[in-house]
Order: sequence, then structure tokens, then C-alpha cells
Amino acid sequence: MKGSFIVNGKKAEWSFAPDAVLLDVLRNNGHTEVHRGCGEGECGACAVILEGRLVNSCQVFAASAAGQKITTVAGIGSIHSPHPIQQAFVEAGAIQCGFCTPAMILAVFCLLQKTPNPTDDEIRKALDGNLCRCTGYVKIFEAVRLAARRMSSNE
Amino acid sequence: MNEFSVVGKPVLKVDSLSLACGSAFFTADFTVKDPLFLAFFYSPHAHAEITAIDDSPARAMEGVVDVFHSGNTSSGLFTTAGQGYPEPSPYDTRLFNKTVRYAGDIVGAVLAESDKTARAAARAIAVEYTLLLPLFDPEKAMDGDVPRIHGEDEYAPLPVAYRPEQNIAGEVLFSFGNVEKGFTEADFIEEETYNTHCTSHCAMEPHAATASFDEHGRLVIYSSTQVPFHARRIVSMTTGIPLHRIRVVKPRIGGGFGSKQEVILEPYVALAAWKHKRNVRAELTRREVFTTVRTRHAMRVRVKSGFKKDGTITALQMDDLMNTGAYGAHALTVLSNAASKVLPMFNKIPNMAFTGHAVYTTLPVGGAYRGYGATQGYFAFNQHVDAICRKVGADFVEYVKKWHIREGETSEVFRAIGEGTEGVSQIVRSCKLTECLDRGAEEIRWNELRGKRLRSGSVVKGVGAAVSMQGSGIAMVDMGSASMKMNDDGSFNLFAGATDIGTGSDTILSQIAAERLGISVEMIVILSSDTDLTPFDTGAYASSTTYISGQAVLRCAEKIGEQLLSTASSMTGAPVGNLSIGKGGKVINSADGSEIPFSEIACYSMYSRNQFQIQAQASFFGEESPPPFMAHFAEVDVDMETGRVRVVKFVSAGDCGQPINPVLALGQIEGATLNGISYALTEQYLFDAKGKMTNNSFWDYKIYGSLDIPEVKAILAESSEPSGPYGAKSISEIGINGPAPAIANAIFDAVGIRLRELPMTPEKVLAAIKAKAGR
Repeated sequence: MKGSFIVNGKKAEWSFAPDAVLLDVLRNNGHTEVHRGCGEGECGACAVILEGRLVNSCQVFAASAAGQKITTVAGIGSIHSPHPIQQAFVEAGAIQCGFCTPAMILAVFCLLQKTPNPTDDEIRKALDGNLCRCTGYVKIFEAVRLAARRMSSNE
Repeated sequence: MNEFSVVGKPVLKVDSLSLACGSAFFTADFTVKDPLFLAFFYSPHAHAEITAIDDSPARAMEGVVDVFHSGNTSSGLFTTAGQGYPEPSPYDTRLFNKTVRYAGDIVGAVLAESDKTARAAARAIAVEYTLLLPLFDPEKAMDGDVPRIHGEDEYAPLPVAYRPEQNIAGEVLFSFGNVEKGFTEADFIEEETYNTHCTSHCAMEPHAATASFDEHGRLVIYSSTQVPFHARRIVSMTTGIPLHRIRVVKPRIGGGFGSKQEVILEPYVALAAWKHKRNVRAELTRREVFTTVRTRHAMRVRVKSGFKKDGTITALQMDDLMNTGAYGAHALTVLSNAASKVLPMFNKIPNMAFTGHAVYTTLPVGGAYRGYGATQGYFAFNQHVDAICRKVGADFVEYVKKWHIREGETSEVFRAIGEGTEGVSQIVRSCKLTECLDRGAEEIRWNELRGKRLRSGSVVKGVGAAVSMQGSGIAMVDMGSASMKMNDDGSFNLFAGATDIGTGSDTILSQIAAERLGISVEMIVILSSDTDLTPFDTGAYASSTTYISGQAVLRCAEKIGEQLLSTASSMTGAPVGNLSIGKGGKVINSADGSEIPFSEIACYSMYSRNQFQIQAQASFFGEESPPPFMAHFAEVDVDMETGRVRVVKFVSAGDCGQPINPVLALGQIEGATLNGISYALTEQYLFDAKGKMTNNSFWDYKIYGSLDIPEVKAILAESSEPSGPYGAKSISEIGINGPAPAIANAIFDAVGIRLRELPMTPEKVLAAIKAKAGR
């Protein structure tokens, strides 16, 4: 079947199997910034923003997302013009292998949109769906605090 | 303090922006033209002989290209362990074994036009088995009346103890002094048995490999590997494809922790691609990673020591039984490390004996895992020391400070045991463990909390400590190499065989080169690792990269420096003796203070006369393995009613020599610490009665997430290791050794019970609390 999507602000028309999940459709169409860590909705590595909500794209049928707006990490900033959250992750040393990072950054993006100055508890809760095995989260939390400071003060 | 300009600075990780923005490529992200997909089918039985495989239902399915299994594909014996060659692990497996030895053992693989078809076809294959008796209890593995897991053909390629007729995959024995005499001299004897369990690495990226062809028909394998050079060798060995026709490319790797030191997928994609001359992809699911890949070896550690009233240990005996599972990947060497990385800690014990056996069972296969045996050994060692301290009324911190190995000292253990064979004698030339203990104790408020048993309702607080050491590469085994070339603008390409798997070694190695040449990291363009482009390196394991590969890079940069000076001398006529490398990419003439920019030197060398490329290569072979040291402290709250243990705070204070990049070094400690806490408390493989793992998903196999983590404080106690690049030692593994014993010791401090078996689940804690109350 076919479906159109607005991915990172650009319209895309893709064909896919009726039971295909959004993760596979995104990856098959070049969005390799969306990662598969488990395929069962447990690890959060495949998270994208669907109509403003953070979802695990391995748990969403592509067909059900047709016509909707999808944001991947490449949609909030690029290597040439990174988003402050991406920059904060780099500067805080919050990235080791970086496999969980794109989805983690989108989780932070959603958090800071609703809660520009989150408490530590709010940060922990917002990242609960995104597993990281490398960092121990210490520097990820630092990155979120750094990004929040910068974004709220427009540093 | 040092006067470095790049080393010791929190330089931003060179690949981190690309990872943050999603432009970095992992193995599964490469697009290859018209790929076929490989999916595996596995044994549902723990131990069985395959009598027939009917692949016709699969072959009849549209889109299925081929099916590989023992009935149609043979391979020689090999080991999946990516180690030096010949490997210290036994050659006890084939690509497709006729006897399957654990539930999850690979039986065959289907090649199809889509992943979906390949997986569906894999399910359609009918395999007939004759069931063999399983063997689940490692304690019985060496008995005479149990199934023998391996047959006549398997062998050890190195002259090491290997006795499959007794299910022994590895044996380590050594002693010095006279332990029996030592025991008779003791006032007290302490003897206990500890059990550690098998766990999964849980690198967030599942294993993946893609085999494609270049324009010359050579095979190009993209792989999530820690060991690209070993992978190339093992692919050639198992498939018969000439090594010079194989190129292994390591892109970004989504974590390894040892799981990708195992060559699992590469031979299969190579075999399928080579046969059909089509590109082939394989990517494991998380469930397959749990059940089929590798685990931390479970180990039973028995420790006995004799000691005097003042705490002087007169003899220590350790007996380890390690469950290597179905195959002996890393069996001998992990077992060795349980002794060689643990027992030198107390180097003044005059009488010591170690016996260790790695035995086959019909359970998932052990392998390399961060800590590599030391983690298992230290779980026992630190609780044992805590027990001695309590017996003689000593404070753990003060006791360890009195007895631990120090700078200028050696241990008989270094010589006695290396990686499965005799070890390499060495003198410890950097050790700040006492400082680690002092700073860690202060941070955890040791003196305020230890022994106080502060109570709040049913919750009791305790603090516990542990110490550990590791190594920096494998002495007399590991080798790293690097090459560099200069570009017109004074920048350099650095080609490193070392394999950055997320640790930040690309950044570390760039910093080392930049420091030597007085330039910023931006002027170093690093590439790692690609068997066509980068020189050989044994790989990312054994805490070797900073120390071994770093030293190779430093030597390479030194040679570049010499060429810069001689070229500048030719350009200006100034004697080389007057020239030196300045800061900011220039050569300085001390006679007149004049400066020659690197870019001018580069252009002179390439475009003026007697042209040549400023370039160099260097290798480094580690003749010793200087240990990093760490003190680990846990503050825990134990709920007496539920048995739940909550780690409130964890402090890890480590000496890794000169940290090349303190932010990355702290990150290694923090990550290892959390992995260690999760290992201690929640992670475990659950098996049904037939030996099949029942919890092979993150829903049922609990690793710590953002809501679970305690306050984690990592501390660096800097030293300078004379044999290391700019004084550096290693840091990546050691942090995982401390959490389990420190938490166990903290639980004892809180409620007076000893947890000698991992993981320390609420059930076990509560049972122990009740048992104590009932006594």
C-alpha cells in the first residue's frame, strides 16, 4: 500500500506492506537516524515524534501514521546547524556509542517543549522509556539541564 | 601538574555531533544494492543430535534463495572468540554443528529476498533431533557419569590444558609458598563459597553484518565488531575465502562490552554472499542476542584464607569453577583473569594457591564481558576481605590501605598466571589506590555511616566498599599500530587499527597525536578501523586501546615530528638541533625565534624539490600490563520487610594514570558502575527445565534505566604510568568490578546478612533476613 507522510517538514510518499511498522518504513526510506534496539517497544531507540507525541516507531503501524507529521532527530537539527539539545549532549559528554542518542534527544525535545525548566525527577521520568547502556545517565542528565538552561535563557 | 595542552582536557568527542544529529552510520544503516537477507534457525533443545533437516518447505517459498545447514555446508572447527592467533580458546564449534549444545545454538540459516521471508522460511524448516542428556549443573560437569558435551575432534590450538573428555574447556593451576603450612600458622580460618551468574551485555545495537562486493569482486563486510582484523581472519578460515579478498569495515558501533569481540555473524554473511555473489545482510533481534550470542560466564568462587589476630593473612586459597556453557569462547582466559586480576591486590600473602576449571554445560555460551573474570573474582574477594575485617575488628578501608599492592612492588601472581599460560612479571609503577580509598570514603561519608545502621521505618542504611584492579592490554600479546600522513594545510590523517566502539578511542588517539604535534584535535582527521586502510590492531578489548594503541599513535606522531624538523631544516638551512615543534602547528627556530608553519612544511615537502610525503607508521607491543585501580563504595537502604535493596549512592574512585580525556574517563566509570549495579541486583537469565531462556527481552530482563539509578559519583585520582602514553593506563572495564561486592558488603553493614549469590534480588535478601531472624 501507499501512504504520504510529512517527515521533518517534507512530504514523502512511500509504499509499504499493510503490516509494516513505521520504524521499518522510515529506515527503508533512508531515515537511518531512527535505530532498532529491540523492535518490541522496550528500549526506545526507535522513538520519533508523531504529531507532537513521542512514540516508539516499532510499535506504530506505518498505515496508521499516514498523513501525519513525523519528526526524527534529523528534523530538529543537523551536523551543520545542530539544535541546542544536540549541542548540549555533545558538550556534556552525554554520548558514548550514540545508538540511543537520537531518540534520547527527541525525548528531551518533547520534555523541554512542555517543561522548559524540568526538575531532576521530571528529567528521569521523561527519559524512562529510553535505555542507555553506556553512560550511566549521569552526563545525559547534565546535558538536559544544560540544554534547558540555554534554551530558556536563549543563550 | 602536567603542562599538556590537549591531553587531560575535556576535548569534545570527535564523533559525538554526528551521533547526536543521526548522520553517523551504524552497520545496519549502510545501503547496499539489492540485498539478500539471512535469518537463522536455532535448536530448541539444550543437547541433541541432528538426524535430519528437511528444508524443502522453506525452499519452496517464494523469495527463498538458499538454506544453509550441517546437511549441506561444512566448515572446519574454530572459535568465535576474537583473540590473538592461535587463540587461547578451544576450536570446538563449526558454522553448523551436527550436535547442538544449547537452546539457541545455530542450526542453520535461510537466505531470502526479504528479511520477512527469510524469517518465515526459517520457521518452516523441519529438523529432527535425537535428544541427548543435557548438562545444566557445572558442579557435576567433571563427574564421570554425566554427558560429555564435546567429541573427539575438538582441540586447543595452543598448548594449554584442554580435556573435553572431562568437560574441561580450560584449567588454571598455580601456587606459591605452602598454603597448608600457612593455614596452620593462622589464628582464624575463613572459608566461603560465592556464586556469580550469567548476564547479557545489552549493547543497545544488536549484532549486525552486511557483506557486499566492491568493483573488483572483493568482499566488503560492514560489521558491528570490536575486532575487525580477527573477524577478517576468522571469516577466511571458516569460509575458505582468501583473506586478501576480504575487507572488513567497522563503522560506528552501538556498544560492545565484549559481546562484539565474538565473531558471530560475519562468516555467515560472507559464506552466503560469496556463494551467490549477491549482497547479504543479517541483523539479529534483541531476543536472538539474548539467547544465541554470548553471556558473562557464571562462576563459583571458593575462597579460603588463614589470618592472624592482627589481620595478617598467612595463606589464601581460591578455587573457581566457571560455567563456559556450550562452547569454550574465552573460557581459559576469563578464568585466568579471575585470578590474575584479583589476587595481586594483596601481594604480601606469602602462601597462595589457585585452582580453576572452566567446564562445558548445555547452557548459553560465555564470552568476553567487561571485567572479564575479574568481576566474578572480586565479588568473592571483597566480601571475603570484609569478613576478615569484621573478624579481627579492622576497618575495611584502613585494612585494604595497609595490605594492597603499591608502587614499586610486584606480585608473584603476575608471573604465575597470564592469559591462560604463564604470566609476565611486572612491577607496579603507578598506584593511587590509597588516595582512591580516602577520597571515596569521604564522598560516601564512610565514617559517618559505617556500622551505624540508621533506621527509618523498616528501612536500614548501610555502607560497603570494594577495591579492584584490571590491566591495560594483555602483556606480550596485544599489539596496536597506526599510521599518519600530512596534508597541505598542516592537518594530518590518522589511521588507527584501534576500534572505537563508543568508548571514545578515536578522540583519545586524536588527542595523543595532537598533543605530540602541538596542534588542536581538529587538525587530526582520524579513521578507524578498516582492514584495507588502517594498520593492524588486535582490537577493542582487554582495556588495551588507550595504553597499547595510544602508545602506537604517540610513536607514530613522534616520527612525524622528526620529519617535520628535518624538512624545516632543509627549507631554512637551520640545523635540526635548533628546531623544535611549537604550539599551534609550527616549527620554531630557537636561534632567531623564527617560525615555520606546518602548512609551509607540508607544501615544501609535496611541491618544491626532492618531494616526499611526510608520513609515518608505528606499532606498539605491550610488554607489561599496568593495572588501573579503583575503590568502590555503596550506600544502600535495605527494606527489612520486602528485602528490597535500594542503592542510594555509589562512589567509584579510580586511578587510570593520566586521564587523556577526563570527561570520557568519567563516562567510562559511570557507565560501568551502573552496569555493575544492575548486574548485582536485577539482571539474570531465567531458564525453564529444558534449559531455554524464558526472559529474553528487556521487559523481563531488567537493566537499569533513568528512574532506577542512584546518585553516582565518579572520581579520578590521577597518577602517571611511566610506560603509558602521556602516563595513561586503562579505564573502560574496571568500574564494573566493584558494585556487586560493595553492595553486598553494604547489605551486611545494614542488616548483618551475607549475600553470596548473585543477583541480590529482594527474594534472596528477604529469605536471608528471615533465616537470620529465625536463628
